[in-house]
Amino acid sequence: MQKPVRAELVEAPYFRLVQAQNMQDPATALTLPDPLPLDSGATLSPVTIAYERYGQLSPERDNAVLIFHALTGDQYVASPHPATGKPGWWDRMVGPDKPIDTDRYYVICANVIGGCMGSTGPASIGPEGKPYGQNFPVVTIHDMVRAIGRLLDTLGIERLHAAVGGSMGGMQALAFASQFPTRAERVLVLASAARQSAQNIAFHEVGRQAIMADANWNGGDYYEAAHPDAGLAVARMAAHITYLSEAGLTEKFGRRLQQRPDGTDGAKSFGFEADFEVESYLRYQGSGFTRRFDANSYLYITRAMDYFDLAEEHGGRLADAFANTTARFCIVSFDTDWLYPTEEGRHIVRALNAAGAPVSFVELSSPYGHDGFLLETPGLDEVVRGFVS
Amino acid sequence: MSTLPDLRPDLAAIAGIIPDGSRVLDIGCGEGTLLAALAEHKGVDARGLEIDPERVATCVAHGLSVVQGDAEADLVHYPDDAFDYAILGQTIQMVDRPAEVIDELLRVGRAAFVSFPNFAHWRMRVALGLGGRMPVTPALPESWHATGNIRNLTVVDFKELVADRGARIERAWYFAKGREIGEFGANLRAEFALFLVERG
Repeated sequence: MQKPVRAELVEAPYFRLVQAQNMQDPATALTLPDPLPLDSGATLSPVTIAYERYGQLSPERDNAVLIFHALTGDQYVASPHPATGKPGWWDRMVGPDKPIDTDRYYVICANVIGGCMGSTGPASIGPEGKPYGQNFPVVTIHDMVRAIGRLLDTLGIERLHAAVGGSMGGMQALAFASQFPTRAERVLVLASAARQSAQNIAFHEVGRQAIMADANWNGGDYYEAAHPDAGLAVARMAAHITYLSEAGLTEKFGRRLQQRPDGTDGAKSFGFEADFEVESYLRYQGSGFTRRFDANSYLYITRAMDYFDLAEEHGGRLADAFANTTARFCIVSFDTDWLYPTEEGRHIVRALNAAGAPVSFVELSSPYGHDGFLLETPGLDEVVRGFVS
Repeated sequence: MSTLPDLRPDLAAIAGIIPDGSRVLDIGCGEGTLLAALAEHKGVDARGLEIDPERVATCVAHGLSVVQGDAEADLVHYPDDAFDYAILGQTIQMVDRPAEVIDELLRVGRAAFVSFPNFAHWRMRVALGLGGRMPVTPALPESWHATGNIRNLTVVDFKELVADRGARIERAWYFAKGREIGEFGANLRAEFALFLVERG
């Protein structure tokens, strides 16, 4: 089915339009005053951070809640995505009267560096006057958090009422607590870990190889031509499976067959069409993703997660990462999450106990696997509301 | 100090004796009744350990620092001397290894409160001795096949265990019909007992 595509006929995926618009709009983005030193030794400059905010900053500037987004998330935590029009990714959690109540708190969510929704990333124009592509420096979770720290400096927000994140957002929340031990009063970490496991690195590597095996990959220099969408879609499909659970997939799809394109009941095609509903669902997830996400960003952000090991930089003692913290912590895991299982949460809790930090921990029961933190999980809203209040 | 709310008698005794500003770990803290009272009325640094996730969620929703876990699997991960007091309320009779739990309580806490239903209370003796059946009483309301109390013990047994572990009993409280009673004949008269145990 593959057709040769002429560059000028390629319809740019809408993430690039959003990226370009956001980077230039002072209402949605801010350029940091100084270059950003990176863990790799490189320096990133200029650095633009695209961010959304909700609610009002109090005169005392003490009601800011910072939310960190996950791997393929963005700053649109509680407002419609500008391109897809879909509600914010945590719309059920953040808003007036919601567990993170924007009538009380000033909520900030920024796109990570390396991302593709307006913060400086591989699709941004680099010093050579064209998109960075693979010339973008490798960034780490700590680099993302350092950038956010500088965003807060620039906004004049010294202290946070709370720092909150799920999955990669939870890694950032932990890194934030470690980098800025007295800056957040509360740190809430959902479905996350203090280190990326071998299994998770392995899943990421499958995704990256799928992207780099795409005929359109071209060493990451594809912005003026067809994008490696097939590879990115496969990466997304593989990753999406890890966000769910076996029980969840069985309940949602079972072995049901997809209705045929002509409207007749599902039947085996004795070929390789999407016979099963689950196949059709994954293909849909994969193709939708390519329009809102940049393949290079996927490579860079997964790499940042793989490099994350908060204990490593403290001689292997995770407790030392939290040695001077003044924050209260709440760690939440989900019983069907096999990406960041409960044991990862307990590992953080033990370190926090050893560091003497006040910590709460609960494993919630959810059929949704890793995605449990994004969906309606019994007890989740109460825990988030109670802890953040 | 403001007035403490109505608590179960053993919890009220604990709350009455813990000094202001202590560091406390309540193991099996339930929905955090004691922790909340200690935090609110005594400025205690109150932490909890609770096995039931729904109860933990309730605690967290009330702003308490509570970790989902249990005495046997999770106490080992707390550092030495992390607390002034470790509290084990009506749980010792449910654990696999009570002796090791006593050791752990006195490692993470400088002192420990331990309460439990007294299996030598006269009702128990009557039910078993005369009735020939495992006792079902107000203090131990579940029948043998449903109860979580797998290590039933008596006041005398507990004192002996504490001595065996090289610890000592600093103070004891005995309860019957929801009220504190005197020490005389406690092993026969007490439905529940509470001990403040210190390192030997």
